[in-house]
Amino acid sequence: MLEANNLAVEFAGRGRRARAVDGVNLSVGAGEIVALVGESGCGKTTLARTLLGLERPTSGEVRYDGSALSHRGRALKAYRRQVQLILQDPMGSLNPRQTVYEAVAEGPRIHGLPDEEQVVAEALSRAGLRPPERFFLRYPHELSGGQRQRVVIAGALALNPKVLIADEPVASLDASVRGEILALLLRLRNELGLSALVVTHDLGLAWNIADRVAVMYLGRIVESGPVEQILTAPQHPYTQALLSVLPESPDRIVLTGEPPDPTRIPTGCRFHPRCQLLASGKAAAAGIDTACHSEPLPILSSAADPQTACHLTLVDS
Amino acid sequence: MSITWTRRQRALRRFWADFRTHRAGVVGLAILVVAVVLALAAPLFIDEGVTNVVRGTGEKLAPPSLDDPLGTDESGRSVLLLIWWGSRTSLLIGFLAALLSMVIGTVLGIAAGHFRGWIGAVIMRITDWFLVLPSLVTALVLAAILGGSTATIVIAIGVTSWPSTARLIRAQTLAVEARPYIERSTALGAGHWHITTRHVLPNVAPLLLASTTLEVASAIVTESTLAFLGVSANKTSWGTMLRGSYDWGAATSGAWWYILLPGLCIVIVVLAFTLCGRALETVLNPRLRGATR
Amino acid sequence: MSLLELDDVSVTYKLAGGELPAVRGVSLSLEAGEAVGVVGESGSGKSTLAMALLRLLPRDARISGRILLDGEDVLAMSWGRLRAVRWAQASIVFQGAQHGLNPVHRIGDQIAEPLLIHKLASPDQARRRVAELLDQVGLPGWRAKSYPHELSGGQRQRVMIAMALACEPRLIVADEPTTALDVMVQAQVLTLIRELIATDDISLLMISHDLSVLADLCDRLAVMYAGRVVETGPADGTFTHPYSRALAAAFPTIGDLSSRLAPKGLGGDPPDPLQLPSGCAFHPRCPVALDTCSTVSIELRPAGERRTAACVLAGEAV
Repeated sequence: MLEANNLAVEFAGRGRRARAVDGVNLSVGAGEIVALVGESGCGKTTLARTLLGLERPTSGEVRYDGSALSHRGRALKAYRRQVQLILQDPMGSLNPRQTVYEAVAEGPRIHGLPDEEQVVAEALSRAGLRPPERFFLRYPHELSGGQRQRVVIAGALALNPKVLIADEPVASLDASVRGEILALLLRLRNELGLSALVVTHDLGLAWNIADRVAVMYLGRIVESGPVEQILTAPQHPYTQALLSVLPESPDRIVLTGEPPDPTRIPTGCRFHPRCQLLASGKAAAAGIDTACHSEPLPILSSAADPQTACHLTLVDS
Repeated sequence: MSITWTRRQRALRRFWADFRTHRAGVVGLAILVVAVVLALAAPLFIDEGVTNVVRGTGEKLAPPSLDDPLGTDESGRSVLLLIWWGSRTSLLIGFLAALLSMVIGTVLGIAAGHFRGWIGAVIMRITDWFLVLPSLVTALVLAAILGGSTATIVIAIGVTSWPSTARLIRAQTLAVEARPYIERSTALGAGHWHITTRHVLPNVAPLLLASTTLEVASAIVTESTLAFLGVSANKTSWGTMLRGSYDWGAATSGAWWYILLPGLCIVIVVLAFTLCGRALETVLNPRLRGATR
Repeated sequence: MSLLELDDVSVTYKLAGGELPAVRGVSLSLEAGEAVGVVGESGSGKSTLAMALLRLLPRDARISGRILLDGEDVLAMSWGRLRAVRWAQASIVFQGAQHGLNPVHRIGDQIAEPLLIHKLASPDQARRRVAELLDQVGLPGWRAKSYPHELSGGQRQRVMIAMALACEPRLIVADEPTTALDVMVQAQVLTLIRELIATDDISLLMISHDLSVLADLCDRLAVMYAGRVVETGPADGTFTHPYSRALAAAFPTIGDLSSRLAPKGLGGDPPDPLQLPSGCAFHPRCPVALDTCSTVSIELRPAGERRTAACVLAGEAV
């Protein structure tokens, strides 16, 4: 359905080039929910923005329904009817001067759809705001956080899209509301067959709603595959560390150091300066420590089966 | 459409309720309404003849009396009627010049803020260039070249006073465009026109309204200054009256009414615009009012 | 005697449109060396409560009840006494503290500031103490010469913790200390806090919206809803109150098949403090509410070992 092929996005800034996305293959199938997990600065938001056509790739391409995404005006506009964005902060994603009705009607107005009022009412009730008429004239500041996010979702649904791209859709919501919004995303998938790419730092969210998960580190996907497999039996040391710092987990692997810098990507395996397996000598025992330092890893394909970009697993298999 | 209409009505009512709490603003508004109504209604009672030197019937430079409540000028014309008729020119030039300056400033400001990259950079350099031009001198030169007419004065004031508006609007545009709802709108498929007219413009409009009000005041002052310096629309305005009083030595001959009263009118109207503008600013600027609203 | 004791503490904000009861009759105690977590959602009054402890609330807030810190009533203290207490006995680490540092001062000077203000150390001693504190929070000593913008978010949060430790307080109040941080950095900061309370005999009152973080770090938990504590109990037990249960279920345990593709949440929205529901404030969202819940307000009652809950069903088999 939606596919990234060898996608790379670079930003030029202060003399150095930041490779925010540095070679990514990723696909979202019809009716599939994929979670893209990583820490801030790993490039997950840039990847999502590029998939939406908000950022131009430096190399590689975005493919939708088998054809490459064009950045020309009309084609891009048509594409944006199909693929919708949901942002983290629902307060910020709504214009404070617009009513709920206008916010939801914005998409249909841009694309000149008929029966605006009916479309808006239907989108609102699909997003769980019922009866919709009660919300038409309210302003964002009069709503609770959960209701605001539902308005944003309704705004996306009004265009009858095929794919939702949600960037941390529940990160700024209260815990008790979080589950309801996630349940809404799941229900939309089941009822409308919507595909979704959910960008998040929250592995619990992936467990809650995603079919597949891709773990991103410093511009690359380091591990991907079905949620059950990746989250219960992670192969990549970074995924293992991320899972280990969750409160319930027994042994913590707290990585030292700060989130890495995309302007200075390490040689070899990009994770090696923080890798606990390399630090503990496990990599040396397997005789791959020089490879970790100097040999770059192949880019993972967009296939659905589990894959890991780690020299150690390459040796094992 | 009815939904939009209801919303606008509500917003307007709330705006008025807010504005009413600013007493100074209400006083300013009242003065303005009186001034504008008087100016508009003037032709019902008097005509341009009151400015005709030949038809000056009173004594020259006579002090206020029952016949001429505000005294007369050097040609025996009634200062009261001159001020009344002159208010038309002063206010017209003030409003038109402010409007022109606002339109140029808004279009260029939004364009500079919206199209970052070289378009924005070029617009900003032009703006900076205009900003450092001594505007009064430029206006004088422009008016002298183009010849004296109302349109000339309006253009001279308008094209020299827009840069500060453009800068203000650009800053506000940048602030609005950094908000996530712009990104959401783009992702919905919105183009430049939609984003600038549906999101940016409504968000800068309140600021614009407040600053237009202040701009009218400054345009009236500039018009008076230009007239005083000898460049005028060749019609009676408060500025040309001041010029006349100066030319005829009103100050030295003790004709205080001739010099003081037009000046006082300028001060009062300008003050009223300023009061109104400040109140508008407080009511409409989201940063100055509580976050809860 | 408890280190900190709250007795029927209420905080009301005066607004133009009326009074907003942010905290409504909270009683809570904290023993020396104990770590207590207060969990709640936005608007539950948890941050207001934290600020009230050291009288850091704005002027339009009215506090009633008693707050005893080491037996001394905070609400009755003079301003001078209060200032001394704020650093030396209890200090606070704020939410989003990365922005709480002054950008134009070196961090060493900022850490030393309370020591010098309270004349607890000479400039020389202060410098040594700063190095010691930086070491304690896992930053190299030369960082004292850095400016805040040269540090990452996690490092700045470490600096804030070092500042809180500067005067060797007995109690640290931490309000969402890790909220804006990345998971891995959050884990680093939590490990640091855990080590501090284990080794230095410091008591911790930690406020958070994240139940799992608190359950992991604290001995005891208090759950707040609509300005009230609705449940208190040991951090490792199971919850009784339906709201606490919903909170606990909101963040799934990975590997737990019952939550796979089944996110759990509560219907409805957090209540508006200006229009609190009658009876038990939670009843409109409660999955097990009885008819009486909409009329009868429930106080905390025993609900198992060292556990209290404000629910009619508490104490019975739910």
